[in-house]
Amino acid sequence: MKIFGYQLPNMSSLILWGLLWETVGQLELTFFLPPLSAIFATLLEIGGTPAFLKALRETAEAFAIGTTAAIVIGVPVGILMGKSRLIDELLLPWVNIFLSAPLTALVPVLMVLFGFGITAIVITTALFAIWIIVLNARAGVMQINPSLVEMAHSFGASRFDAFTKIYFWAALPEILGGVRIGFIRAVKGVIIGQLLISVVGFGSLFEIYASNFLMKHFWAVLLVLFSLSFLIAEFLAWLERKVEYYAASRQ
Amino acid sequence: MNTTITENAVAVRNVYKNYGDVEALRDLSLDFPKGQLTSLLGPSGCGKTTLLKIIAGLLPANSGEVLVNGQPVSGPGPDRAFVFQDFALMPWASTIRNVAFGLELRGVAKSEREAVAEKYIAAVGLKGFENSYPHELSGGMRQRVGLARALSVNAEVLLMDEPFSAVDEQTRRKFQEDLLGLVQNENKTFLFVTHSIEEAVYVSDQVAILLPRPSRVSEIIRPQGFRNKDVDSIRRDPEYLDLVDKIWASLRSYVE
Ligand SMILES: Nc1ncnc2c1ncn2[C@@H]1O[C@H](COP(=O)(O)OP(=O)(O)OP(=O)(O)O)[C@@H](O)[C@H]1O
Ligand SMILES: [Mg+2]
Repeated sequence: MKIFGYQLPNMSSLILWGLLWETVGQLELTFFLPPLSAIFATLLEIGGTPAFLKALRETAEAFAIGTTAAIVIGVPVGILMGKSRLIDELLLPWVNIFLSAPLTALVPVLMVLFGFGITAIVITTALFAIWIIVLNARAGVMQINPSLVEMAHSFGASRFDAFTKIYFWAALPEILGGVRIGFIRAVKGVIIGQLLISVVGFGSLFEIYASNFLMKHFWAVLLVLFSLSFLIAEFLAWLERKVEYYAASRQ
Repeated sequence: MNTTITENAVAVRNVYKNYGDVEALRDLSLDFPKGQLTSLLGPSGCGKTTLLKIIAGLLPANSGEVLVNGQPVSGPGPDRAFVFQDFALMPWASTIRNVAFGLELRGVAKSEREAVAEKYIAAVGLKGFENSYPHELSGGMRQRVGLARALSVNAEVLLMDEPFSAVDEQTRRKFQEDLLGLVQNENKTFLFVTHSIEEAVYVSDQVAILLPRPSRVSEIIRPQGFRNKDVDSIRRDPEYLDLVDKIWASLRSYVE
């Protein structure tokens, strides 16, 4: 953005919105929106408390396990779908259904199947993330340059070699794109899980703060959550840009 | 010319190939003498790439057989290496890893395969570009990487599908001269597909002319007089000029 010929740093519009928020908050128009400065003060206050750190750890743990599972299962499945017509025809309808299905409605089923513990939360998280990861890995493989595959075979690559040395790397830009979107969805998954299944982690903080009308606390946790997911998404976008140069050199 | 089985590095015997309803090759037989360069010349879509891929073991024939050193081909093997028209380099890998890739797939240790790769990178004139990536190289340099990769596995038979068609004219001429040097020094058998009559006559020990689909060999031409001449004088040699004219005369009727 440029104002009066000056190049403003990225996201400087956030400052404007922050000021607006502060003003509205200071006017005390609604209890729902405390001033931004008060929220940051609360954040500093609760940021170091054991309750907050425990919640952060619980959420991060469920998120990490869930997304790792989504990647470890989703990427190979997507690559296999891209390689094999048969597997593709078997799985694609399901992937598409789950991609667009309202997964929140499935959470009660997961609770019946897996109980009220961390397992159900992790599975919810993975379920939110995995479908787009599968679809993107599949798309990456489908547009691979066929002569690259022929090259590998002509030099004697086994199926496993072709999988790990060609397909995976050729699809990497798309895979990373899928992982980025999958992670954003997983944030949704983990919070929904922690609100609906068992009230732990950030979900429990939201629950406690909202039901006690502790709006400053509520916003403080929300800001932390937003910043974390923003940072993760930005990091993955950066990784994606790093490998983009070779996406362009594929025909 | 009496060619017996043992003198042929590759022998194609009565090969048929259909793609669904499209009959690409019909009863094609052709011998490729050891240590020589044979080019396949023919109208677009006549099945040159198909034949080369069948010999490479990348495509199965519907019937007939391909013998490499007398052994029937059932798939890709270490006795053959392919040079691709579009280079087929891994964009995420450096020059040295691309060149060493054939050896990597054979399980050769990293230091050993990189030593071999370095040697061939230098041989094709790319010394100093070992750690460059394909997107940092020109088209001509990329094909040199593809060539170095094929050479570094030390296969007896090199299969080249229009290797120079994606590079500019000056580079192409340089490649053709280098190719003549390779045929002389490397003691390998070269199978070379090209669209260019001049190129075929310039580099070949024998030129096989294929007819339009369903394809078979219509004529085999062996340049005699100028093969051992200096690379610069070949293009002015009367036999060279005559052969180019003669091949054009037999192909022109198939070009609208
Ligand atoms: N995978 C395929 N499926 C169906 N038909 C094919 C396939 N590959 C090739 N063909 C057909 O077989 C014929 C021979 O193709 P091929 O690529 O071998 O020709 P070519 O001589 O290499 O042509 P060019 O000089 O244009 O490269 C063509 O008519 C082509 O349309
Ligand atoms: Mg072709």
